[in-house]
Amino acid sequence: MEFIIITLVKTGLVAFILLTTLAYLQWVERKVIAHVQARVGPYRVGPHGLLQPLADVVKLMTKEDLIPDHVNKVFYVLAPFLAVFLALLSISVIPFGPAVEIFGIKTNLGLADINIGILLILAVSSLGVYGIALAGWASNNKYSLMGGLRSAAQMVSYELPMALAIAAPLILSNSLNLREIVDTQAGNWYGIPNWNIFTGGQIFGFFLFMIAAFAETNRIPFDLPEAENELVAGFHVEYSSMKFAGFFMAEYANMITVCSVATVLFLGGWHSPIPSQAGSGVFAALVHFAAAGMLFFHAMHAARPFDKITFPVFGVVISGIGAIFLAGAFVWPALGAAINGLFWYGAKTFILLFVFIWIRATLPRFRYDQLMRFAWLFMFPAALLNMLITAFFVALKG
Amino acid sequence: MPQGYLPIFLFLIIAMAFPVIAILTAKLVRPSSPSKLKLEAYECGIEAVGNSRGRYAVRFYIISILFVIFDVETVFLFPWAVRFHQLGWFGVIEIAVFLAILIVGYVWVYKKGALEWV
Repeated sequence: MEFIIITLVKTGLVAFILLTTLAYLQWVERKVIAHVQARVGPYRVGPHGLLQPLADVVKLMTKEDLIPDHVNKVFYVLAPFLAVFLALLSISVIPFGPAVEIFGIKTNLGLADINIGILLILAVSSLGVYGIALAGWASNNKYSLMGGLRSAAQMVSYELPMALAIAAPLILSNSLNLREIVDTQAGNWYGIPNWNIFTGGQIFGFFLFMIAAFAETNRIPFDLPEAENELVAGFHVEYSSMKFAGFFMAEYANMITVCSVATVLFLGGWHSPIPSQAGSGVFAALVHFAAAGMLFFHAMHAARPFDKITFPVFGVVISGIGAIFLAGAFVWPALGAAINGLFWYGAKTFILLFVFIWIRATLPRFRYDQLMRFAWLFMFPAALLNMLITAFFVALKG
Repeated sequence: MPQGYLPIFLFLIIAMAFPVIAILTAKLVRPSSPSKLKLEAYECGIEAVGNSRGRYAVRFYIISILFVIFDVETVFLFPWAVRFHQLGWFGVIEIAVFLAILIVGYVWVYKKGALEWV
C-alpha cells in the first residue's frame, strides 16, 4: 500500500516538473538565442518574459484548429498525439538520484527501476518516428510528405550509431538497468571522477551519442524535416493550434530525454565530481549564492523600475535554496544525499540542454545528401569501432 | 518484479491523457470558422496541382531496408554487451567474426553505391 502511495506521489511530481520544464525550456531557448544574436528576447510578459510560456499556451489554445479536407483524418489526428505521449513516456525510467531515506520513507529518486531501462528508452524513442512520418504522410501536402520522408530516413539512419554508442557503456557496466549503470560510475580514480566519459574512455562514444541525439530530435544542424527555406515547415505545415503545439512539446521532451540518457550513460548520472558529500553540497550552495548575488547586483542597476522589486525577491528565493544545500551538507546528511544527487543530475542535464540551444544559435543546416553520407559512412563505422575498442580494452583488463 | 512496471503504466496514463485533455480544452475556447480557402493544401498561396500520393525517390526505400538489416545486428549486440564480463576474450573473438561477416555486406552495399545519396 505504502509503495502505491509513494509511486502515485512521485509520478505526479515528475509529471508536473517535466511539463513545467518543457514550457520553460522554450523560454530558455528563446532567451539564449536572443542573447547570442544581441537581442533581449521575450521581455514584456512578466519580469524578463518569465510568464511568456503561459501566454503562449493561452495563444495556442485560442487559435482556430483547422483540419483541411484533403487530409487522412484518422492519422492526421493520431500523429501529434503519438508524438507527444511517446516523447513524454521515456522519462519514467530515468533515475534522478540515489536511494534515499527521508522521514522514515525509503525510496529511489526516479520513477520505475526496471531491468531493461535502456532498452525501453530505445524502443520508445524509435517508435517516435511514427509520429512525424505519419504526420507528413497524412497531411497529403507535398512539403509535409517530403518532411516526413526525410525525417523517417534520417531518424532510422542515426538510430544505428546511437544504439552502437550506447552498447559501449553497456560493455563497461554489464547491465541494462539505468540505476546499476550509474552505480558502476561511483567514486573516483586518482581524483578523476569514475564516469564512463573519463575513466571508461568513452569520450569519443559520448560525442557520437550526442551527434546522433541531435539527429534523432530533429534539431539544428540536422533539422532537415522542417527546413523552413525549402519545405516551409516540413511535416507540420498543415497543423495548427494545439496539434501544432504537440509537435513542439514532443521535440523538447525528446531533448530532455536524450540529455538525461547521456548524463546517465556517460556523465555519471547523479554522482558528484567532488568526492566528499559536504564538499559537493557546499559547491551547490555556492552556485546558488552566486546566482542570487548576480540578481542583487542587477537589481541595483535595474533597467526597469519593476525589476527593483522582482530581482531581490528571486534573489532571496535562490539564496534560500542555497541555504538548504548548506543545511544538507552540515546539519542533515540524509537530506544532503538526496538534494546533492538531484542537483548534479539537473546540472549535467541542463548543461547538455544548453549545448543543444547553443548549437542551434551557431550552426547552419546540413544538406540532405551530406547528412545521409555522414550517418552511413562516418557515424556507423566509427560507432562500431568505438564499441570494438572498448570491448578489447575491457577484455585486456580482465 | 512486475510491480516495478507500475510507475511506467501510471506515467503512460498521464502521458496519454495530457494531449487529449489539452486538445479537448482547446476545443471549448477556440473559434471555428472554416472556409474553402483555409482548407486547401498550403503551397505558398499557389493553387495545389494534384495531391501528394504520387511517386518519390527510391533512395528512402533502400535506406529503410538497410536499416532493418543493420538494426537486427545491433539487437544482437545488446545481450552480448550485457554479458561481456563473463565472456571475456571469447566474446571479443566471437563478435569480431560476427561483425566481419556484416562488414563484408556493408562494403558490398557501399561498392554498389547504395549509400551515396546522389
